[in-house]
Parts: sequence; C-alpha cells; structure tokens
Amino acid sequence: MSKFGGSRNNKSVPGISSGSLSDIVFMLLFFFMVTTQMRETENKVIVKLPEASEAAKLERKDLSANINIGSPTRQYQAMYGTDARIQLNDSFKTIDDIRDFIASERDAMSEADRSLMTVNLRVDEDVRMGIVSDVKQELRRCSALKIMYASRKAGGDK
Amino acid sequence: MAKKTPEINSSSTADIAFLLLCYFLMTTTMGDQSGLQRRLPPIPDTKTAQDQKVNRRNIVIVRINSADKLFAGNEAMDIIYLKDKMKEFLANPANDPNLPEKEEKEIEGKTYQVSKGVISLQNDRGTSYQAYIAVQNELVKAVNELRDEFSMREFGRRFSLLSEDQQEIVKKAVPQNISEAEPKDTGKK
Repeated sequence: MSKFGGSRNNKSVPGISSGSLSDIVFMLLFFFMVTTQMRETENKVIVKLPEASEAAKLERKDLSANINIGSPTRQYQAMYGTDARIQLNDSFKTIDDIRDFIASERDAMSEADRSLMTVNLRVDEDVRMGIVSDVKQELRRCSALKIMYASRKAGGDK
Repeated sequence: MAKKTPEINSSSTADIAFLLLCYFLMTTTMGDQSGLQRRLPPIPDTKTAQDQKVNRRNIVIVRINSADKLFAGNEAMDIIYLKDKMKEFLANPANDPNLPEKEEKEIEGKTYQVSKGVISLQNDRGTSYQAYIAVQNELVKAVNELRDEFSMREFGRRFSLLSEDQQEIVKKAVPQNISEAEPKDTGKK
C-alpha cells in the first residue's frame, strides 16, 4: 500500500523517450525508398489495366519504355475528346511519333541493353484493339519486338 | 576539462525524417510492372516474303470478333473451355492425326517430343482490349500448365521451382508458340 502511495506523491511520471522515434521514421523512409519508384510522368489518359492471372513481373524496369493508351482524363477531354489517345512521355501523340519515341528511348540506353528493351503497353481495358494493332504494327516497323501487355495480377481465381 | 560537451539536441531529427518520408510518399509510386510478355514477329522482307508453309494440322486459329465472341478452330467457344482445348491441341496425347505433329528434338543430351503446334490469334479492330487480354491469358495459362506437367514428369517439381537451366530445357521442350496475326481490316468502326 504505502509503496505505491508514497511514490505517487513526490515523483512525477517519467516522460516517454522520443529518441527512438527518429529511428522508426527513418526505417519507414527506407522502406518506401526501396519499394517505390519515381513517378516520371503524369498520366494524361485514364488507364485501368485489364486483369490477367498469368501476369509475370518485368525483370528490368529500367529497360522499359511506356506507352499509355486510353481516353484522356477529364481536364483534357474538352481539348482531345473521349476517344482513345496515345500518351508518350508527357504529351498526347499520334502513331507517327512512336518511331521517334522508340529511337530516343533507345538512345538513352547503353549499347548492351538496347536489345533487351521492352515496350510496356499500358492500355485501358475499354480500348478497342484497332489502335493497339496500329501501335503494334508501328513497333514492328521500328523493330522494337519485345513487348509486354501490362496487366494487373488477378486475385486468386483458378 | 571537467566540463562535459553539451549533447546535440536530437529531437528534431524525427521531424526531418518525417519531411523526407512525406516527400517520398508524394513523388513515388508503388511499382506494379507486371504483364504478359510477348515477342512480335519481325516485319518480313518484301523480297523474301515467303509465307512459311505450316501444315494445316499444326495450326489452330483463335479469333475474337468485334462483338468479343471467341472462335477456336472453326467453332464458337466460351472462354472457359479455351484453355483445355488448347492444352489438348498442343499436347496431342492420343497422337490424333488431326492434331499437331511432334518432332524429336535433342535438348541438352536428351530427346523430347516437341509439339509443332502454333496458335494463331486473330482479332478484329473492334475487339475490346479486355477480351483480347483475357484470351491471351488463357493461352499463356494453357502453356504454363503444360510446362508444369512436363516439369513434374521430367524433374518431379513444378516449373517455378526448377533451376534456371532446367527451366530453359522445359521452355524449349514446351515452346510458347502464339502468333499474333496481322490485323484484318474487317468491320471498320
């Protein structure tokens, strides 16, 4: 009795040490730095990837060139309409610009990596195949033959 | 000399770390780069444009029309049956003369029966991308299951658990022959 009563009277509760707080936050920071990657471009088209259960991970992320195809986001719809458009880097482009885009992506890579370049086709699931076929034909003409149909991994359907 | 050096106040390092954390949270995205990898056929030279003669029994045409209806061979088919049909086509377990022939191939000192079957995937300009990927996925799944079965038979383990060299052998023994045909200009949108 007296043990607890006595200590309450003349001693205050010790404050919680916040010295390890920074360590915890740093650990969180490193976690996010490792698991995420820089967002290079702003999406100007809406891309909802289709589901595929057999989707495999791309091994070399740095060797991929992204082509986004989808209908423009709302703020661009007044200008570009709602038809599916191609986005390369940061702007809307047409089929004819793909050649230059692939060439510049190739140039940015080292000599040895060029043959490993994968073109990552990020296409919205509601897009019609017509525009995708055009892009594929153009890629064949540029001899960028490694492509990947980006898709979400479907959750556990067998 | 008896004086102690005052400790550096470290209570603000947490704030600094929080700021950095927020910065990274805003500017980065979780990487989810996954998908179905494919190799496009190169553009054939106009001079040597010789259609590769493929025996009729070795090819099956999977077609998706503009209403996302699926045809395999010449019959309409629901997508859930496609995988089994394709597995039967590629494996040809009963050596049916109407299904693809097999070729003896030597891989790493052993001979395997390698199917010569090719799946030709055709689509229409009006086909939706979702249907197209769903069909692609089924085709890949068929090949993956065949590879799994083959690895179980040969190595007693699933394909994903094999070593890299063994995976190469399996890949050669069960090739993923999916050809994406040139688009046909039918049913203009």
